[in-house]
Amino acid sequence: MKAKRPLEGLKIIDFTWLISGPIACKFLADYGAEVVKIESSSVPDNIRITTPFNANIAGVNRSATFANYNSSKYSLSLNLKHPKASNIAKKLVAWADVIVESFRPGTMKRWGLGYEELRKIKPDIIMLSMTMQGQTGVFSHLPGVGTQLQALVGVTHLTGWPDREPAGTPIPYPDFISPWYILVAIMAALDYRRRTGHGLYIDISQLETSLQFMGPPLLDCMVNGRVQTRLGNQHPYAAPHGVYRCRGDNRWCAIAVFTDEEWRSLCEVMGSPSWAKEPRFATFLTRKENEPELNMLVEKWTSTHTAEEVTSLLQAAGVPAGVVQNGQDLLDHDSQLQHRRHFRILDHPETGQHVTEVAPYRLSRSPGEPKWAAPCLGEHNNYVCTQILGMSDAEFIELVAEGILE
Amino acid sequence: MSSILEPYRVLDLTDVKGFLCGKVLGDLGADVIKIERPGGDPDRNIGPFYHDAPDAEKSLYWFAYNTSKRGITLNIGTADGKEIFKQLAKKADFVLESFPLGYLKSLGLDYVALSELNPSIIVTSITPFGQTGPYKDYKTSDLVASAMGGLVYICGDVDRPPVRISAEQAYLHAGVHAAGATLIAHYYRELTGAGQHVDVSIEEAMVWTTMYAIPYWHTAQRLFPRSGNLQTRYGSTYRLMFPCKDGYVAVRAYTGLTFGAWQARLVKAMESEGMAEDLTSIDWEALSFEGQRQEEIDHWEEVMRQYFMKYTKAELYEKARQYEFSLFPSNTPKNIVKYQQLAERGFWVEIEHPELKEALRYPGAIFKSEPAFDQTMFRAPLIGEHNEEIYVQELGFSKSDLVRLKQANVI
Repeated sequence: MKAKRPLEGLKIIDFTWLISGPIACKFLADYGAEVVKIESSSVPDNIRITTPFNANIAGVNRSATFANYNSSKYSLSLNLKHPKASNIAKKLVAWADVIVESFRPGTMKRWGLGYEELRKIKPDIIMLSMTMQGQTGVFSHLPGVGTQLQALVGVTHLTGWPDREPAGTPIPYPDFISPWYILVAIMAALDYRRRTGHGLYIDISQLETSLQFMGPPLLDCMVNGRVQTRLGNQHPYAAPHGVYRCRGDNRWCAIAVFTDEEWRSLCEVMGSPSWAKEPRFATFLTRKENEPELNMLVEKWTSTHTAEEVTSLLQAAGVPAGVVQNGQDLLDHDSQLQHRRHFRILDHPETGQHVTEVAPYRLSRSPGEPKWAAPCLGEHNNYVCTQILGMSDAEFIELVAEGILE
Repeated sequence: MSSILEPYRVLDLTDVKGFLCGKVLGDLGADVIKIERPGGDPDRNIGPFYHDAPDAEKSLYWFAYNTSKRGITLNIGTADGKEIFKQLAKKADFVLESFPLGYLKSLGLDYVALSELNPSIIVTSITPFGQTGPYKDYKTSDLVASAMGGLVYICGDVDRPPVRISAEQAYLHAGVHAAGATLIAHYYRELTGAGQHVDVSIEEAMVWTTMYAIPYWHTAQRLFPRSGNLQTRYGSTYRLMFPCKDGYVAVRAYTGLTFGAWQARLVKAMESEGMAEDLTSIDWEALSFEGQRQEEIDHWEEVMRQYFMKYTKAELYEKARQYEFSLFPSNTPKNIVKYQQLAERGFWVEIEHPELKEALRYPGAIFKSEPAFDQTMFRAPLIGEHNEEIYVQELGFSKSDLVRLKQANVI
C-alpha cells in the first residue's frame, strides 16, 4: 500500500520567488500539499532566468536551480498588473489555507492582497510574508538577495582566512536558513488554527532567521566584548582540525580531532610515525601550540592517499573525517546519499529530466516524495482555473484572450 | 495571548547535534524538558563561556541553543532511569534524540518500544548521516558535515584549502529541519492519531546549502569552484564584495530584469557626486552578464570601487537606504549588535539569569505575528534544575526517593 503524504488536502498559494520561499513551499508540496505557484511571463520567478540551464540552453523552463526548488507545484501565470487579475487571486485565496509571499513590504497591499483584505475573503487564512529584513523598520525597503545579505548577518566576516579579505560563501546562504524556519512557522500556525479556528499573519525575515545561527558569536560579543573573526579551518577546541590535501587534483579531506582518543587513533592510522610521539604533539594544548606544523605533518600523510581512503580509514578508527565533496561526489559517488535517495530525477516536459533534492529527513509512516517535476511557466493554468476554481472552459478562454493569464 | 505550541510536551535527549530543535519548539511555547545525564550534558563544555569562566553552568553555546527548556537529570542507562523515562514518554507528545545508532534500541527505548507505550508518540532522531545506509555509523563534526555536505568545497580562496564558516552551522541546519519535520509528523498525527519516527540526516541538511554545486554537475558536468569573494558565472568573473574605507561591502554589478534596476539606482547615487563616469550610459536592466567582455566588467568594478573607497560601510549603507540600491555592510558581531533595524524591530530579548545576577541579551523570536503571540523566552536550565518539579510534583516521587535516586546515580 502506498503511504499517504502527510499534508494531503492542505492548500497553499506560493507568491514567492528566487530561493527561500520556493524551497519552503516545495517541501510542503513534496509532503503532499497542493501548492499553486503564481508568476507571470512578464515577471517570472527570477531564478527561471538564472544559470545554469539544462543543456546550457536558456529558457524560462530550463533553469536547473528553479527545477530543484519547485517540484510538485502547479504553475499559474497570472498578470498581476492586469486590473482583473486580483479577482482570480482572491478566488484562490478563498480556496487556500496558506498564502506565502516574498515581495518587498507593501507590494501585496498595493495589489489589494494585503492580509486585511485576504482576511475578509477567508477569515482563518494564514499569510506568511518573507522578506530580507522584515515588514517594519527603517531598512525594511532595501532591496537585495541572500548572496549579499550574508554580509549583513556576519557570515561574510566569519568565512575565510584571518590574514585575508573575507571570502563569504559564493551562494545566497541566508536563503538556505530561512526556508527551514518558514516551514516551522507555517506548520505551527496550522496547528494553532486547528486548535482555535483562528488565522494568523507572519512577518519573517532572512535577517532575523539567519541571526539564529549566530547565537554564540553574538553572545560572546555582548557578554565578553569579544569580536570573533574568521579562522580558516581552525577550531578553538580541536587539533588537528582542518581540510587536508589528498592525492589527486583539488582533492581534500576534512579531519576533526577533539579528544586524545581520536588523536591516538589518527596516529595509529597514519602508521604511528615518530613525529607523532614527540612531546610537542602529546597533549591538546601542545598540539594547539604547534598547530601549523601539526597540520603540515598530517597533510604529508593525507597527500599520499585519496580523500576517500583517508575518510574510510579514519572513520573505521572512530575519527571524524570526511571527503570535501564536490557536485560530482554528491551526485555520483556518495553511496550514503544514493542509499537515502537524496537526489531524485524527475521527468520534465521540456528538458527531459531534471534533478531535485528531497528534504533531509524521512518520516517512517508518512513519507514525502516529489509528485512531479518543477512546472513550466503557466503549465497548470487550465487545471487551476477549471479544476480548482471551477470555471467553465468558456470563462477560461476569455481570461486567456484578455491577457490575464500570460 | 498564549503561546503557539503551548499544549505540547517535548522530551529532549539530544546533545549538541540536536539542541536547536528543542529550542525552536520551546521558544514557540512547547513544554520542552531537557534530559541530561547526571552531572550534566558534556556539551555544556562547549565555549565560549560567560566572562570566559570555563564552567558547565556558564557555556554561552549552551545558553544560546537551550533557551525555553526545563531541565532534569536522568540516567536512562539504569533500570530505574529507564522506567522513569517510560513514564514520562507515556504522556509526552515528542521525543528528540541524537544518540549513536542503536543506543536507544539497546535500552529498549527506541521508537518501536516507545510507540507500544504511547502509539501517538513522535520520535525525532538527528544523526550525522541518518538512520540507514553505509555511513550510518560514521562520526561527524561541524567541519566534517560541512565538507561531506558540499559547502566547504565551494568556499574559500582558490590558492588555499577550502574552508568552513568559522561559526558552527551544520547542527543548526539539522536542528531546524528536525523541528519542521516533527511538526509535519504532528500534523499527520492530528489527522490520523498515528505517531511515527522522524529520521534527520545532518549530511543531507548540509547538502541543502550547496546550491550551484549540484545543477552545475548535473547539467554540464562542471564543478562549481571556490573563488573567494569573486564569482565566475556567465563566462565572466565578477566581485561579490568590495573594500571600502573601513571594511567591506557586499554588492555586485547587477544586470538584467529586476536586479538591473538596483544597479541603475547605485549609478544614480554615484552620478549625483560626479563619480559614475560612463556607467550612466548603460541600460542595466537590458544588459546581461552573458557575453560581456571581462575588461568591461573590470572597468565597471573599478569605477564602483573608487566610489566605495571614499566612504565607510555605514555611510554607504545609508546611501543604499536613500537610493534603494542593494548593498550591505560586511558586519562583525559588534556591528550586528548595534544594528538600528534590529533595535527598531525589537529583535533582541533580555533574559534573566538570576544566578549570574544579570539579564543577558539574546537573538529573539524567529517571526513577528498578528495577532501577536507570547514568545517569551527563558534561559537554559541549570543541571537538574527542575528535578523536583518533574519528579516530585509531577511524577509523585518523595523527596527521600530523590535522595536514593541521586545516590544510585539515576538522577
